[in-house]
Amino acid sequence: MHILVHPVITPLPKLLVGCVALLLGWGAVGVAGLLRPRSVRLAGRVLFPLGALIGFALAALAVTSLLGGGIERMVLPIGLPGLPAHLRLDPLSSVFLALLGATAGGISLFAGGYFRAGQGTAPGLLGLQYHLFLASMGWVLIAADAYSFLLAWEAMALTSYFLVVTEHRRAEIRRAGLIYLLMAHVGALAILLAFGVMHGSGPFTFHAMRAAHLSAGWAAAAFLLALAGFGAKAGLVPLHVWLPEAHPAAPSPVSALMSGVMLKTAVYGMLRVALDLLGPPVWWWGLVPLALGLFTILYGALFAAVQTDMKRLLAYSSVENIGVIFTGIGLTIVFAGSGMPAVAALALLATLYHCLNHAMMKSLLFLGTGAVLHATGERNLGRLGGLIHRMPWVAWLTLIGTLAIAGLPPLNGFVSEWLLLQSFLFGDQVPHTFVNLLIPMGMAVVVLGAALAGYVMVKFYGVIFLGRPREAALEHAHDCGWLERIGLAWLALGCLALGLLPVQVIGALGRVSAQLVGAVVPQASAHGWLLAPVPGRPVSYGPAVLLTATVAVVLLTVLVVRLFFPQRVRRVSAWDCGFGALTPRMQDTAEGFGQPIRHLFQPFFEMQRELPAPGDSAPRYRIAIRERIWTLAYEPLCAAIDGLANIAARVQQGRISVYLLYSFVTLLVLLAVALLS
Amino acid sequence: MTHLPLDQQLLDTCAALLLLLSFAMLSQRRIVTLVNLYALQGAVLAAATLLLAWRTGEDHLYLSAALTLALKVALLPWLLHRLIRRLDVYWDTEPLLNVTGTMLAGLVIVVFAFALAQPITRLASTATRSAVGIAVSVVLLAFLMMITRRKAMSQVIGFLSMENGVFFGAMSASYGMPMVVELGVALDVLVAVLVLGVFFFQIRERFESLDLHHLESLKEHD
Repeated sequence: MHILVHPVITPLPKLLVGCVALLLGWGAVGVAGLLRPRSVRLAGRVLFPLGALIGFALAALAVTSLLGGGIERMVLPIGLPGLPAHLRLDPLSSVFLALLGATAGGISLFAGGYFRAGQGTAPGLLGLQYHLFLASMGWVLIAADAYSFLLAWEAMALTSYFLVVTEHRRAEIRRAGLIYLLMAHVGALAILLAFGVMHGSGPFTFHAMRAAHLSAGWAAAAFLLALAGFGAKAGLVPLHVWLPEAHPAAPSPVSALMSGVMLKTAVYGMLRVALDLLGPPVWWWGLVPLALGLFTILYGALFAAVQTDMKRLLAYSSVENIGVIFTGIGLTIVFAGSGMPAVAALALLATLYHCLNHAMMKSLLFLGTGAVLHATGERNLGRLGGLIHRMPWVAWLTLIGTLAIAGLPPLNGFVSEWLLLQSFLFGDQVPHTFVNLLIPMGMAVVVLGAALAGYVMVKFYGVIFLGRPREAALEHAHDCGWLERIGLAWLALGCLALGLLPVQVIGALGRVSAQLVGAVVPQASAHGWLLAPVPGRPVSYGPAVLLTATVAVVLLTVLVVRLFFPQRVRRVSAWDCGFGALTPRMQDTAEGFGQPIRHLFQPFFEMQRELPAPGDSAPRYRIAIRERIWTLAYEPLCAAIDGLANIAARVQQGRISVYLLYSFVTLLVLLAVALLS
Repeated sequence: MTHLPLDQQLLDTCAALLLLLSFAMLSQRRIVTLVNLYALQGAVLAAATLLLAWRTGEDHLYLSAALTLALKVALLPWLLHRLIRRLDVYWDTEPLLNVTGTMLAGLVIVVFAFALAQPITRLASTATRSAVGIAVSVVLLAFLMMITRRKAMSQVIGFLSMENGVFFGAMSASYGMPMVVELGVALDVLVAVLVLGVFFFQIRERFESLDLHHLESLKEHD
């Protein structure tokens, strides 16, 4: 028999090589900052914009790769002996690389104008940490073996830790950094164990993990470990505690990057493990992220509603959005494991879409708070107000992000939530009793979360930008610079584009669902420009139509008003209820706005209130809200670990002789064991 | 008694001398004498290496012998003597375990070491295989000396003596380590002594004594 042997030709992985080159470019930009570490001009005017360009190039490359739909592999001769660095670019990586590049580009532009001299870490050093952070996130997304994945993962954790503690001279920031670092390491440990379970007996490459056949128990263990690890990084309740501490502590561009992009690398990891490396998922695995995700939505939204610090509020809103994403992951797994690939694809698309949306809108909002913080020096909502007059650029661009995250059409937040709800509607077809009754109920939680998110955003935007300035100092607030404006505008544009072009976006994301669950959803109805993702059901959504109709109605109304009531605008002072002088402090406050939520959901909060007594000459009202999870779980855990550590510390005697004796006895025992065996 | 060739007998004598010197170091409290004993141990080691080199015709062992002579007989003792003069430490205080007790423990250790060396002795094909037990004893006795002394100076000498034991062990089990490793170890020992010398000055500066129990105050208190 004649066997024809074709030489295996591996085409040069052009896109992947380009990707690696761009990531190295980020590293080089960072190192260049060390040339003149104190120079704000070098970092701000040259390096950060250069980093932004690299980001845009990376996004373009990733989109090209996604539309091509191919898979590229490469092995670099670096890493452990016997385990060189395996890299891989597939549709899933491409989506998240595009997210990273596009979001980081906008944030870098903003950061170019944001960082000033004299704020803790020198600008050049900050640039190094920042760009290494970006490069390590990119590396996480293309790594295809456990070693380089975890290496990049840890590099990401460390660089972001140093970025969080930029203003390390303040004790509370160091504390926030420590909590973050601790949770990051606990999470990394869980991921390490998950990889350890998954690789079976083969090498530590992802390829070998796909091929490994795990028993049901071990596969479930790997899944749950990965959920714990990636959940800790993403901020899934109850592992979210670092998030509301670290995000306010970090400088705003860093908060934007962490919330917008870094949390998504955890989502990427979860999807990679659950739907790719572990093979076809078992349906009940999905119930865990589903339940945790739903709880996280409610928890995050409630705590966001009662915050008075604007960055903390956004941090809790991130927790809520991570809840939405993990709910989507849970649904995807349940559907994929129950033999419903088409619906699983729908849920997966909703998840990915929400990742993209949240990256854009949350980065935009964090950067907006950064601009406000620079202009006023205030993070406390109670001392802000009326900034739309002083900072129109920031106010209007932030408004787009606010509306988007509140889930209002025709912006992007609506699309993903709508898709998620559509996939929830198939929950009753899951072939397991009880579960098919409970899943549709989860939809109620998602809807409640969406409503609360809207409530939170009204508070966020209204208290900061609307009304009258609550402090005299706010009169001197100034709008942000041109680089910052471009950065904000880019992200706002992203929100609009994702909102207005869902058909195209879903078409592109379909490559991922084809890769992971083996199905795509139909994008458009027969008319072409209405999004109709659910086969056989008459549901469709056309943001362009909606936008046109809205604009038409508004224009018509204005026209009618102008036509029939042609009087000029009269300005009169507001009615003061006969009270006399109204001051700006008499506006609704952040505390006041959150009070109904605080009252309705009292069991969630641990509150300390100081109420003024009647007849107090200088009345003071103070409220401190804490998460119960600290007193219920984390503090007992810390005490237990402390106790164990104290017991272990008894071996530490401080005498060199005793330490030598330890070594000596160990040596003798080991030798004796060797002798006897 | 079986008749051994002369060079074999001489090698065994060297090994016995090494063990004897280890015991002498274990019981000695004068630090100057300790350094001299260490130099003597080095000299015996060099002689043993030379004998072995002549007997086996392995060229690199000549180099080893020269290195041992230069480093362990000349350079390190000279450095240590200088340190002793400059730090003014001639005596160690009372050891933690008295001399008799230490010697008895040493005896037990030698028996243990010989038991340990038996399988290696059976496997090795070198002429000096019977000396492996002695080499292990020298290592463990030096370790014991480090445990029982209070002064940092004597601990360093214990450490160096331990290295002698390792060197002798490698030589008797497989005619020495590769030259690269040997050079590396020699350099390490030299650097260790220099660094520890600096440490001594620092320790004395801080506590006005080289007695190590002062370091106990560095323990983290709870």
